[in-house]
Formats: sequence, C-alpha cells, structure tokens
Amino acid sequence: MENAGQKSVLKRKVALIGNPNSGKSTLFNALTGLNQRTGNFPGVTVDKKTALVRKQFGKQEVEFSYIDLPGTYSLYAKSMDEEVATNVLVDKSNPDFPDLVLIVADATSLKRSLFLAGQIIDLNLPCVLALNMMDDAQKAGISIDVQRLSNRLGIPVVPVSARNKTGLEELEQVLSEHNELPAYRFLDAASISWPAVNLVLKSFAAENIKEYPALYKAHQLFATDEKWREQLADAGFSPNTAQAEESLLRYGVIARHLEACVGKATGNAGFTQKIDRWITHKVWGYVIFLLIMLAVFQSIFYLAEYPMSWIESGFAWIQELILTSFPEGVLTDLIVNGLLAGLSGVVIFIPQIALLFFFIAMLEDSGYMARVSFIMDKLMRKIGLHGRSVIPLISGMACAVPAIMGTRTISNWKERIITIMVTPLMSCSARLPVYTLLISLVIPDKMVGGIFHLQGLVLMGMYVLGFVTAIAAAWVMNKIIKGKGRSWFIMELPVYRMPKWSNVFYLIYEKVKIFLVDAGKVILAVAVVLWFMVSFGPGDEFKQNQSRISEMEDVLENRVDFTSDKYNDHEFRDQLIYMDSLKADSINAALSILNSRQLELSYAGRLGKIIEPAIAPLGYDWKIGISLITSLAAREVFVGTMATIYGAGDDENIVPIRERMAVEKHADSGLPVYSFATAVSLLIFYAFALQCISTIAIVKRETKSWKWPAIQFTFMGALAWVASFITYQLLK
Amino acid sequence: MKADKLTSLRPGEKAIIHSLDDAEISVKLLEMGCTPGEEVTLEKVAPLGDPIAVRIAGYLLSMRLSEAETVTIRKVASN
Ligand SMILES: Nc1nc2c(ncn2[C@@H]2O[C@H](COP(=O)(O)OP(=O)(O)OP(=O)(O)O)[C@@H](O)[C@H]2O)c(=O)[nH]1
Ligand SMILES: [Mg+2]
Repeated sequence: MENAGQKSVLKRKVALIGNPNSGKSTLFNALTGLNQRTGNFPGVTVDKKTALVRKQFGKQEVEFSYIDLPGTYSLYAKSMDEEVATNVLVDKSNPDFPDLVLIVADATSLKRSLFLAGQIIDLNLPCVLALNMMDDAQKAGISIDVQRLSNRLGIPVVPVSARNKTGLEELEQVLSEHNELPAYRFLDAASISWPAVNLVLKSFAAENIKEYPALYKAHQLFATDEKWREQLADAGFSPNTAQAEESLLRYGVIARHLEACVGKATGNAGFTQKIDRWITHKVWGYVIFLLIMLAVFQSIFYLAEYPMSWIESGFAWIQELILTSFPEGVLTDLIVNGLLAGLSGVVIFIPQIALLFFFIAMLEDSGYMARVSFIMDKLMRKIGLHGRSVIPLISGMACAVPAIMGTRTISNWKERIITIMVTPLMSCSARLPVYTLLISLVIPDKMVGGIFHLQGLVLMGMYVLGFVTAIAAAWVMNKIIKGKGRSWFIMELPVYRMPKWSNVFYLIYEKVKIFLVDAGKVILAVAVVLWFMVSFGPGDEFKQNQSRISEMEDVLENRVDFTSDKYNDHEFRDQLIYMDSLKADSINAALSILNSRQLELSYAGRLGKIIEPAIAPLGYDWKIGISLITSLAAREVFVGTMATIYGAGDDENIVPIRERMAVEKHADSGLPVYSFATAVSLLIFYAFALQCISTIAIVKRETKSWKWPAIQFTFMGALAWVASFITYQLLK
Repeated sequence: MKADKLTSLRPGEKAIIHSLDDAEISVKLLEMGCTPGEEVTLEKVAPLGDPIAVRIAGYLLSMRLSEAETVTIRKVASN
C-alpha cells in the first residue's frame, strides 16, 4: 500500500513511432509543448528527441517521457534514420526502450500505416494507435469505425489531429493507464519460415520470446553473425523471401481489417493534382524552380536592406555615444573596437538570415521539397547523387550542419558520402554577411532589365556558383569513390499543405537565436582575442611607435587658440592660421603613417605578414590574411575582423565598415585595396573554402572517421586557393 | 487484359499489379503497399521521363523507371 502523505509519481516512457510524414513530431510538440522541427516531406526528423511532461490524472500524477523518433515504413530499416527508430524498439537494454509504444498512423493512408502497426503489435509490446490527420481524412470523406478497428487490432485506437490539437486529452488519458500487451497477434509469423523461427526459439528459450520476435531476431542474426547465417541458410531461410512473404501476409490481414472498418468515399487529391501539373511539368517545372530561387535571392538582398541600414546606424550611434561619454582607455577601446564592432557584424545580418529561413521553411512545409527531389532525381543520379540529395543541398543554403545530418535518409552509402562531401559547397547563411559586404563594395547598385537589382543578381550568382561547383565536385567524386549497394527512389510524395505560420515564425525565431548565440559566442571570442592582437605587439618597436603617436597627438591637441582676443591684427592672424594648418597637415600625414605602422607591428600584423606570401598571388594583403585566419572558426567572423582591424587605427570616427574598406589604399602604390579583382577573388575564396569548425565536427560524427572531414577540408581549401588565384590573375 | 510492365502505362491509365520480379526491390515495394492485386494509376512522369509517380493504396508513390520495370501489371480495359 502506498503511503497516503507521499505522492507517488508514475513514470511512463512513451516512444512515438510511425511512417515518415505521419505527423509524429507535430504530435510530439502538441504533447510536450516543445518545438521540434516538422515539415511536409518524409524524413524531417533524423534523430531521437526526448522530453519530460508531468500530468495529473485524478489522484495519480504521471511523468511521461516522450521520445520522438525518425519515421520508418517497416521494422526492417533500410537507412540510418530508420535504424535510429527501430533500434529503440528491438533492444530491451536500450535506455530509450519504451514502456509503451505510441504508433502514429496517417488516417488518410491507413493501409500503409497499418503495416508498421502490425509489426509492432507482433513484437508484443504494449502499444496504442493514434489515428492522426483525422481532419484531412474527414475532408477526403474517409470514415473509420474506430471502436471496431480497436477491437480487431486488440489495442486502443484514438483518433486525433495533432495539427489542430484535437483528441489529445483522450490520448493522454489512454497513455496514462494502458499497460496491457496486445490482445492478439496480428499475423501468424511462424508460417513464414518455421525452421528459422524454431531455431531461434530453441537457442533463446530462456528469453521466452514469441514467434514474430524470433523471426525478427533471425533477420538480425543473419545480417550480423557469420555462424548463424550458415545455420539459418541451411534451414532454408532467406531474408528477402521471408520479408516479401511477411509483407504479402500482412497486407492480406490489413485488407480484411480495412474492409470491416473503413468506409471510403472517392478519394480526391484534386488540389494536389492541379498544382502538380505545373510543378512537375516538363518545362514549367524547372522554370518555376528557377523563378522561386530568383525571388528568394532578390528579396534577401533588397527586402533586408532597410532593417540592415537601421541596425548599422544604430550601432554607429551607440559606439559614438560610448566613445564620447566614457573616459578614453583600454576598456573603452575594447568595448567599442572589440566587442561592439564584432557584435554589429553579427546583428546586422539578422534580417537576411530571417528571410532565408522563412523561404526554406516555406519550401519544406508546403510539400515542394519532395517534388524538387522528384524532378531532379535523374540529373542527380548521373553525378552519383540521389534525388533526395537535393534536400540537404537546398537546406545547406541555410546551414550545412543540419543538412549533413539530413543525409541520413539516403540509404546508399556512396550517394550519402558524396552528398555530405559537397553540401558545404552550397552557400550557407554564414557566407551571406561576407558576400553582402564584398558585393556592395565593388558591384554598382544598378537595375538590370528594369526589374532586377544587379547586386541581387550577383548574390544569386554566388549561390549558383556554389551549386554548380557542388555538382561538379560530386561528378568527380562519383568517378573516384567506389560504391556499393543498390539505390532506389521508392518514396512517398506528400500532398500539398498550407505551411503552419506559427511553425514558420517559430523556426525563424529559433534560427535567428541560434545564429546570434552560437555565432555570437564565436565572434565575440574571436573579437576579444583579435582586439588584443591588434592592440599589443611584440618587442620595443611596438611600444616606441605607440608613444610617438601619443606625443604627436599631444602636439596636435595643444595647438594655439586663434580665436582669442589677443589677435587684433586679423591679417597676421590669418597668416598664422595658414602656417599652423601646414604644420597640422604634415603632423597628420606622419601620424597616419605611424598609425598604419602600429597595426603592422602588432601581433596580428606580424601573423598576417607571415602568411602574406601565400595569399599575395590571390590579391590579398596581410590585413585580409588576418581575416582569413580568424574565419577558420566561422566565416561570418570575417566582417567583425574587418571592423576591428580597420577600427584599430582610427579612434576618432566611427564609419560603417563598408565605407571604411572602400577608401582603404595600398601603402606603396596608393591603389585601392578592395579593387574589383581582389574583391571577386575573395568572394570566390569564401565560396569554396571550408572555414567552419561545426561542419568539420558534424562530418566527423556522421561518417565516424576523421578521414572524410580531412579530405573535405583539403579539397575545398585547394579549390579555393586555385580558383581565387585564377580569378585574380585574370581580372587584375 | 494482358501482362505488361508498369513502365508501359500512360499518364492517367489504371492497372492491377500482377507480380514483382526483383527480389530486393520487391521487398521495398511490398512494404510500401505495392502488393499483387492492388490497383495503380500512373499519375505523373518527371520532366526528364524518369522517375514516375503512381497513385497506389491512396497515396502518391514515386519510383524510378528501373524499379517500375520490375513490376508486372495487367491493364484494366479502359471504358
Ligand atoms: N492536416 C493535418 N496535417 C498534419 C497533422 N499532423 C501533422 N500534419 C502535417 O504533416 C506534416 C508532417 O508532420 P511531421 O510532424 O513533420 O511528421 P513526422 O512524422 O515527424 O515526419 P518525419 O519526421 O519526416 O518522419 C507537416 O506538414 C504537418 O503540418 C494533422 O493532424 N492534420
Ligand atoms: Mg518528425
């Protein structure tokens, strides 16, 4: 008996499993209040995610531990994401092994959903079936006799609509109390391969397993254990035949259940069909794709311009304010030229990042993404990729890290590796700040053909360049990497859905936050280190130079005040003023030489000077060299680095970094540093080089070796150097 | 009614699946509901002729021509 004063909390681990795109993550979010990514194509979720929720049911408090999983069509996983899901169910020692399985079925394609459901019932685990998308089913005129289905399956069945949050209370009630194993088995699994089942049952008699788990175990043993493979083969067991046989039997059972429980009206997918006529049209299909992309880049450049300039002037204002109201000193300098300069470099790109994620969310949520892989599969296959590779490639325009995780849905090893290797060539959001800055520096703000902004076109050109290079690199790798295994394109094309706006905006908010916090951390850290490196230098030379600067500044400050009453002789006074201005000019000239020498003598300057010979052929001076080094942490650091470097020599005026760079001249020749050739060469360098620690880390994790990230870093680096070299030499 | 490959369907045409001829691919197709006796309609063909998408078991399933080639069908006499 329980102690009355002490409340006991019932703990329940519930795993959500179901077909891809059946709404598991949407249901998970509705149950837990979290905001896991959802999207209208199969394979959005590729990793598991756990959340705890406490709920009161009468006197009983229940602590649910919900686990959202990737989707799968069957327990026989065929790709990495499916494995993540099936591993949770079949291994009792897995820490995520659930007390209760929540099978999420898409009520609009119940037939296919019941296939996996039947397998789980036969695994003999306590389970509940949630019939999701009831709203869509009703619209399509599908009527389901829920009670009857539940009776026939021997498990509770609850109709819900995760998106509209209906039926959730009933579902939670059932989840809190249901404990029983399924009342009947779905299928007589032993008949599929009795000798194999028998063999496993005998060998694992102690575990007291049922027939279907035994058959399933036979499949696993066959795949992993040499001895078992022989034994099972001798018993006449063949995995392919057994799986085919099982599928046939299951669909036989399903047909009888559907006959008894589902009243079908004429299913009409008219809306989807009408749109698809255009989207997958021979010519219009590609035209529409290109137009969408064009619109995306035009608006990233021009819609974002206004908020960006507000942010820019806002920061300049704050920096001025601090400079004028705080005492001059090391701390003020660190805040203004180190922290704020670095920070403004990040914050200013929020509007563009937000727009980019808005468009990607629209593509993913509407169902368009799956169509793009459909119309691209044939082209992709020619270069060793898969139609599905398009999804990581497109989402790589936001960030390569989740995109590379998304390749888990590609079941063929070679296709997956090539996709991983070329995805970082797609222009990600971290390159956007660099591109924007450089483009606005050397590309005139003109209109082309009346409607297109030239700068926006060039920006789009950078994205096209990334894409084309990714394709070319894939083509080369396809020739080099030895492949194994078969590849297929047997995939569900989802119906079109209206994006859920709250989702879209939450995603934008989330991504902007991550961008600010994660990129911000790196940028600030780099900014502080960099500020130190430009503010101090090795040896006496640096100090000597510094004291000369301050002495000359003293001279300038202590100049005679000609406004005083003492000068009655105005003619003489004007002569004095003239002479004084000559003196001031020459001091200023000397000062500016000393100032730029100061940066050269600093730690950062010395470092830049060391690598200058390697980058001079690309058209870069040592200052750009410093930003190339700091950008190894993350590309967007470039802008902050520029701000810090050019801010260092100049305490008096805060000007936007773009204007400051535009007037930068070579010390010896007097020509602009950011000439057309240099700026384009830099654009090319940032397009190709793998300057991103997070990408390197995720590639290591996904390929489980240092080999692939090492190859990737090297080939992208070499490509960047060679391409920039050629560009600069041709354009200069 | 005569035996044919799924690739021989024209857009909008209906057929009944008769058999699946490739052991490995049939495993995948069967799981997705392409079972003998099931009705298929060719709904669309990608712009370059490959892959195709068929309506089956109430949803839209895409596959490459090489995969459709392994599916034997019987055409439903039209009208
Ligand atoms: N109409 C309707 N749409 C829904 C419902 N639940 C989910 N959706 C939509 O279905 C799509 C897929 O939802 P997800 O939650 O991402 O599906 P999932 O099962 O997690 O998909 P994977 O992670 O790819 O396996 C999204 O566009 C959702 O908005 C529902 O109850 N009704
Ligand atoms: Mg999901």
